[in-house]
Amino acid sequence: MTPTSTARWPGLLRYVALFAGALLFLFPFYYMLVGSLQSEPDTSVAGAFPTSGLTLDNYRDINSRVDLLGSLVNSGIFTGGVILGTVVFGVLAGYALARLRFRGRGTLFALVLLVQVIPFQLLLIPLYVLIVRGYGLADSYLGMILPFAINTTAVFVFRQFFLQLPDELFAAARIDGAGELRLLWSVALPLVRPALLTAVLLTFIGPWNEFLWPFLITKQADMQPLAVSLANYISNVAARAANPYGAVLAGACVLAAPAVGLFLAFQRHFISTDIGSGVKG
Amino acid sequence: MSTADTAAAPVTGAAARSPRPAGRGRVTAVLGRHPVGMVLAAPYAVFIAVVFAYPLGFAVWMSFHDYFFAAPGAAVDRPFVGLDNYRAVLADPAVRQSFGNIGIFLVINVPLTTVLALLLAVALNRVVHARTFLRVAFYVPYVTASVAVVGVWLFLFNSDGLVNSVLGPLAPDPSWLVNAGLAMPVIAVFVVWKQLGFFILLYLAALQNVPRELYESASVDGAGWWRRFRSVTVPAVRPATALVVILATITGANLFTEPYLLTGGGGPNGASASPVLVMYQRGIQQGQPDVAAAIGVLLVIGVLIISWVNRRLIERD
Repeated sequence: MTPTSTARWPGLLRYVALFAGALLFLFPFYYMLVGSLQSEPDTSVAGAFPTSGLTLDNYRDINSRVDLLGSLVNSGIFTGGVILGTVVFGVLAGYALARLRFRGRGTLFALVLLVQVIPFQLLLIPLYVLIVRGYGLADSYLGMILPFAINTTAVFVFRQFFLQLPDELFAAARIDGAGELRLLWSVALPLVRPALLTAVLLTFIGPWNEFLWPFLITKQADMQPLAVSLANYISNVAARAANPYGAVLAGACVLAAPAVGLFLAFQRHFISTDIGSGVKG
Repeated sequence: MSTADTAAAPVTGAAARSPRPAGRGRVTAVLGRHPVGMVLAAPYAVFIAVVFAYPLGFAVWMSFHDYFFAAPGAAVDRPFVGLDNYRAVLADPAVRQSFGNIGIFLVINVPLTTVLALLLAVALNRVVHARTFLRVAFYVPYVTASVAVVGVWLFLFNSDGLVNSVLGPLAPDPSWLVNAGLAMPVIAVFVVWKQLGFFILLYLAALQNVPRELYESASVDGAGWWRRFRSVTVPAVRPATALVVILATITGANLFTEPYLLTGGGGPNGASASPVLVMYQRGIQQGQPDVAAAIGVLLVIGVLIISWVNRRLIERD
């Protein structure tokens, strides 16, 4: 073998292996879409590549069993509430932690780090007791949002962003007599706007995909986010439907579409390696 | 600190003429240079106290008391019962089985996640063409709701699903999700697939910090691909490996959605029940929050021990 061919072969192999892996990873998504468009479940190998007979019946079917629009609105309110809380209060906290010297700052930052390693399962039962039994917030948006209201990872990311801004900028604005809020609003925020988008996108997928907590606290069907109503359909109703998989897969496509769509549209913001190091480094 | 300031003020005599600077100095000493920071950070501090600190203490307190649901406002006695809840938990066969199950899950999931994430990250790091497509492909499952992808895995792995029709006579009987020996491994593989993109990203970030000269000098020394991987890459990303192992363990211990939906509530016969699923059944379905809180405390202690041992092992060799 010539030196060039030894160098080229592993490279080619790497591509073959990576593409095979990528197709394996994507196949369930393709199959989800195909299955949601077939009137009869066809589980043969040929059935994965249908040439005709595609229909939207399954979407009509799932919509008649689960109020798709209502559930999507609930998911949207839940997710929107978390994003709003995170952006407003998270930015304030991140800014204070990065640029202001005040009593308790060190303690608070230690808590930011600590909270990230507390597993949610330990808090599950007491939060349920407090929020559902204590405050009577079962079947309410507030109860759904409360445990996620300020995303701690986002606070950490905001702090990193504000830390990276040059000190001179702040010194100059303070000499000009700008108050701290004004400094945040008109100096710091415009500079971190692209980073803000990244944090919003990362915050979005948490509540949109969250199942356990809204499942625990919503018993009324008209308050359930789509993840919960689809899960209830899978575990209770599916056995009695004519084409249960078709309807489940149609619901799954509706649930997956917004998150996957946002991800594809803004993939640069999700998959930049410096965010990876910023979040967990 | 503040007493020293007040004592010092009259000596300089400045306080007598203009009290403001001294007052301000005292405020700075007590509240810091930018007291407004306390106001800005207050909502987050309150949030931590209400949603993390208080429930954390409450969980531990509950696990040592006879706690039960009562009508709102009713004054009920909730006596201290020592370790009774823990004894009940440890004697409960379903709980013991669920801890065994999560052990099986972690033994399959964590090594598979770590090895695959590192290998794929190394390969992706050297890729020039189709870079975006490849990264997106591995990351998409991570951004998709578990509930949605569980739907398609149910379809793929049911007894006459695509996987079995590809395998033909090799298909396991009973089928994957209703087979006591296979249900938990399938869930473990599902979670590897679901989370891998995130861990690849952590490794990709770590790989950016490996000095190129190390690879170059290894190549000059005649090290092949495997030698370079073993003696340059693996040691260089060790901190990332520790993080991946710990995060994968914590995520795995949180397992709930997959056994609840994929195997119809931890079936067959509890062979895929996870501790969080049993917590939900005991605490909320059967109204024993004290027992459930004890399960949670034991689970977290278990996770802490595993994380600590892993960290020692990874950082030593």
